[in-house]
Amino acid sequence: MPVQQLEKIFDDKLEKEIRIEPRDWMPDNYRKNLIRMIGQHAHSEIVGMLPEGEWITRAPSLRRKATLLAKVQDEAGHGLYLYAAAETMGISREEMNDQLLTGKAKYSSIFNYPTLTWADIGAIGWLVDGAAIMNQVPLCRTSYGPYARAMIRVCKEESFHQRQGFEILLTLCRGSKEQKEMAQDALNRWWWPSLMMFGPNDDNSPHTAQSMKWKIKRFTNDELRQKFVDICTDQAKVLGLTIPDPDLKWNEEKKQYDFGKINWDEFWNVVNGNGPCNKERIAARIKAHEDGKWVREAAEAYASKKKNVKAA
Amino acid sequence: MSENHINISTNQPFNYCLHLADNSLIMGHRLSEWTGHGPMLEQDIAISNIALDLIGQSRNFYQYAAQLKGEGTTEDSLAYLREANEFKNILLVELPNGDWAKTILKLFFFSTYQYYLYQKLINSSDKQLSAIAEKSLKEVTYHLRWSSEWVIRLGDGTEESNKRIKNALDELWAYTGEMFLPSTYETEYAENNIGVDVSSIKIDWDKKVNEIFEEATLPSPNGEGLGVRSFGKEGNHTQHLQAILKDMQYLQRAYPGCEW
Repeated sequence: MPVQQLEKIFDDKLEKEIRIEPRDWMPDNYRKNLIRMIGQHAHSEIVGMLPEGEWITRAPSLRRKATLLAKVQDEAGHGLYLYAAAETMGISREEMNDQLLTGKAKYSSIFNYPTLTWADIGAIGWLVDGAAIMNQVPLCRTSYGPYARAMIRVCKEESFHQRQGFEILLTLCRGSKEQKEMAQDALNRWWWPSLMMFGPNDDNSPHTAQSMKWKIKRFTNDELRQKFVDICTDQAKVLGLTIPDPDLKWNEEKKQYDFGKINWDEFWNVVNGNGPCNKERIAARIKAHEDGKWVREAAEAYASKKKNVKAA
Repeated sequence: MSENHINISTNQPFNYCLHLADNSLIMGHRLSEWTGHGPMLEQDIAISNIALDLIGQSRNFYQYAAQLKGEGTTEDSLAYLREANEFKNILLVELPNGDWAKTILKLFFFSTYQYYLYQKLINSSDKQLSAIAEKSLKEVTYHLRWSSEWVIRLGDGTEESNKRIKNALDELWAYTGEMFLPSTYETEYAENNIGVDVSSIKIDWDKKVNEIFEEATLPSPNGEGLGVRSFGKEGNHTQHLQAILKDMQYLQRAYPGCEW
């Protein structure tokens, strides 16, 4: 079939909101763009395990310990089925992992910030998972079938995590003076990086237009960021915390909050490898990979021995 | 709030409950150190899952112990406000994880022990202990299968993995004997048919270990595993437990009396 005809079938499907499936023809750039996006998303889940994982052994109660451990484990699960979704596009997990370890593939920059106190675990749940949900709910309707289906499951668990995070902060805010200060300090540090999670402004986002056309993305970065600010501002009032933005103000005309200018220099600085923990995060992944090498080799050697015995 | 005066001696299995809880908590805590650092994603998930099961078991035992003690005792005051010498876990579980082989072998020894222990504890005259044992046994059956498979895989995998698991055996064997040497409270509750006579499960434990070792092409371990004479069950621990508790209890100690 000539390419023009294949393209037409592809475009018709997009038009009619029919999902693109692994065996369907798709434009090369659509495939590349999705591999980049899904891979980045999977890597974010895996690297995201690190900052929160640091608090599993220090969680302040048995209930919190169990919940945090379950949460970090969920993230590993998300990584796993996102890698599987990317594999349907013809890239292997090893290749993706290699891209992560060599810095060729990116992951969400938010995980390059340190978790300094227990309140950070609350703030990550509330803000970081909150922002992730905002980004990901529309992805449940993304045009590529395996990605959309993976996202449905991811979103269910993420909203659970978000409520847990909010509840951690609520407990702190209702607690002692020190606990409330801990919560405010966490909000101060995580607020702006969370807003950056939606990516550059629309006029500066190279992939947005094409991704919208392909129905990979359904809303622009700025649209989602605005929604996030509106929701969180109201939630911060419930907590009794102050969002660290002097320009944050209700705009009656637009029926939304105006907010201050994002420090994009900081954003690009962290994206380009100079955040507080970039090196540490990748070093931790490299160490796990290298320390695990002999284990993976042993598992393979044993499996092939068993296979040979069966075959014989 | 200090828990220094908790060595109550009644028919209620308070100390026994703490011992079972401490074993599960400290083992679970150690395993959770692997979360995010496992040798492959699937195994990272599996070991985290086992950690979660064990922490869940410890909570059941602590909650029951807290109920027995009363006076405002909670699962958290028991886990977070006791000193190292008040912990009653066996030494095996507090040892550092080491490499994957050491972690796996430690878990295998421990899961085999828990498997036979809980099978008997189901028959406890104490309904609560029996119920917790029954629920936990389902989980431990899986832990035993999972760790057995890994012992076999490493033993019969590559030259390196075989060497590593043999090293782990050298390091760990001396700590296994403690499981079957009863403490005073274990003896007391075994006699009342509340607890389990741990010396009675040694035969089954040995048999299982030998069976898996044989399949793993590993030599049968020598001796009674009593190289280390210190007794964690009675509160005589290695320095590793202090390090664990320093981390684990830090928030509760730094901000006493807070809700979290």
